Amino acid sequence: MTFVDPATYLQLLGLVQNSIIAAAVLGIVGGLIGVFVMQRDMAFAVHGISELSFAGAAAALLLGINVVAGSIVGSLIAAALIGVLGAKARDRNSIIGVLMPFGLGLGILFLALYPGRSGNKFGLLTGQIISVDLPQLGLLIAISIVVLVSLLVVWRPLTFDSLDPEVASARGVPSRALSFVFMTLLGLTVAVSVQIIGALLVLALLVTPAAAALRVSSSPVLVPVLSMIFGFVSAVGGILLAIGGSLPISPYITTISFAIYLVCRLVGSRAKVAR
Amino acid sequence: MTPSEALPDPAPVLSIRGGALGFGDRALWSGLDLDVSQGEFIAVLGGNGTGKTSLLRAMLGEQKLDSGEVLVDGHPAHRGHRRMGYIPQQKIVAPGTPLRGRDLVMLGVNGQRFGPPITTRDDRAAVDALLTAVGAETFADRPLGSLSGGEQQRLRVAQALADDPKLLLCDEPLMSLDLQHQRAVSELIDRRRQQHGTAVVFVTHDINPVLSMVDRVLYLAQGRFTIGTPDEVLRDDVLSRLYGTPVEVFRSRGRVVVVGAPEAEHHHEVIA
Ligand SMILES: Nc1ncnc2c1ncn2[C@@H]1O[C@H](COP(=O)(O)OP(=O)(O)O)[C@@H](O)[C@H]1O
Ligand SMILES: [Mg+2]
Repeated sequence: MTFVDPATYLQLLGLVQNSIIAAAVLGIVGGLIGVFVMQRDMAFAVHGISELSFAGAAAALLLGINVVAGSIVGSLIAAALIGVLGAKARDRNSIIGVLMPFGLGLGILFLALYPGRSGNKFGLLTGQIISVDLPQLGLLIAISIVVLVSLLVVWRPLTFDSLDPEVASARGVPSRALSFVFMTLLGLTVAVSVQIIGALLVLALLVTPAAAALRVSSSPVLVPVLSMIFGFVSAVGGILLAIGGSLPISPYITTISFAIYLVCRLVGSRAKVAR
Repeated sequence: MTPSEALPDPAPVLSIRGGALGFGDRALWSGLDLDVSQGEFIAVLGGNGTGKTSLLRAMLGEQKLDSGEVLVDGHPAHRGHRRMGYIPQQKIVAPGTPLRGRDLVMLGVNGQRFGPPITTRDDRAAVDALLTAVGAETFADRPLGSLSGGEQQRLRVAQALADDPKLLLCDEPLMSLDLQHQRAVSELIDRRRQQHGTAVVFVTHDINPVLSMVDRVLYLAQGRFTIGTPDEVLRDDVLSRLYGTPVEVFRSRGRVVVVGAPEAEHHHEVIA
């Protein structure tokens, strides 16, 4: 592994500035939505959605249309299927288990048929943010901001519905509508993540930060704040490290996010012993 | 002010007219008429699967009746009624759930509100008052999953009292509590009823912890029911007729034990 000299690094930094912004926004949104992914026990669903999102993106690549749009279509189809057919946890897991290999297989088929460069091909599976062009980056950032704002608007009822569904429903929280909104937001976030970190590694930004935060706190304020910070540090830290070397970005992001999780586990178990 | 000193409210808080409910070809109950007045304590007794939870869900507007109607404050029951408090049948709170005791109560205060998740000073004051009312201040900041059943149940009571309900629906709130906590939680609910005139519908397997508080009993069994004061219902002849099989009711030192009820064989708790 070789590192570039500081002057070149700064130059590179300027070039990838927009990618860094996209990663930062995604880190924050992923950390936030991850809190609900954990509360609603949807980690497996995230994985399932990302495979169909990958298939959608690959299809778009093959057809020569907007890859982000393809990714979103795939995501939303998966999110809708899981939301409609998998209201119960057990049904949900089997539906996801069936969808996942199908999506992945479709995606691989489309990539195999795609005549373009192979670098593009695997980018969708393992991350490619540096090669995303400027209009697309703008789109990713815009989607992330829409998700962020929507999440804040539904935050309290969604928390109520996720953690205390019987009472929430009795209190008039519209649980079906919220579940639909949540699956849509999750689908959008996954579609953005697939572009940045790759379909196979989406969980590193949508689950690991929240899981880490939950190890060290049970405060409904601190958990999302920490999760957001963890997501941000993983995503931005990953890019900053990657541009200095010759390795791809994704392993840096996944390693940072995993390291944060390990530290939180350690801190969490210490705190429990001390109590 | 006790309910008897308060101006009597002629309209019942809750009334069920000709209520009937069943699932598939199994009728849970039918022809159910019940008026619950302000400050009244109704115990709903019956074995597993007799439709006690379904009855509460009908009162909450979550379960449509096959026929008949449920009126709350004179209007058809609907979800999200502001003046109805609900303590659901207990479920284990998983350790690691990101909620502390006070957060559960906060959900009762503002959890249904959309918009930026900002907690106002009023919300905070309301939660503090509720925590004090149920004596939960000392453990309110601990994670919910680390609290005992009795502590969690106190917080559930606080949560259910959030909008100063006129009607409090409790689904087996004493389940899996030891005797001391059974007494503490039922006294908490009874005190609320006496001080605020809150009507209480209290589903329970065992009537003994609340026997001294109960005004009337709704006893469900075998797809039938009986309503009356504990003295009217908890009798050999009445329960034998209800169950369709000889049943004996023993009373000793203020406790009631029903022997011979068919469903007692399916679960070890003795009913009533
Ligand atoms: N939504 C439903 N669909 C089908 N059956 C139901 C439904 N809700 C309750 N039941 C059935 O109705 C019966 C009564 O349930 P429930 O009201 O929970 O009884 P209890 O609370 O007295 O134990 C049970 O046999 C249950 O399986
Ligand atoms: Mg029940």
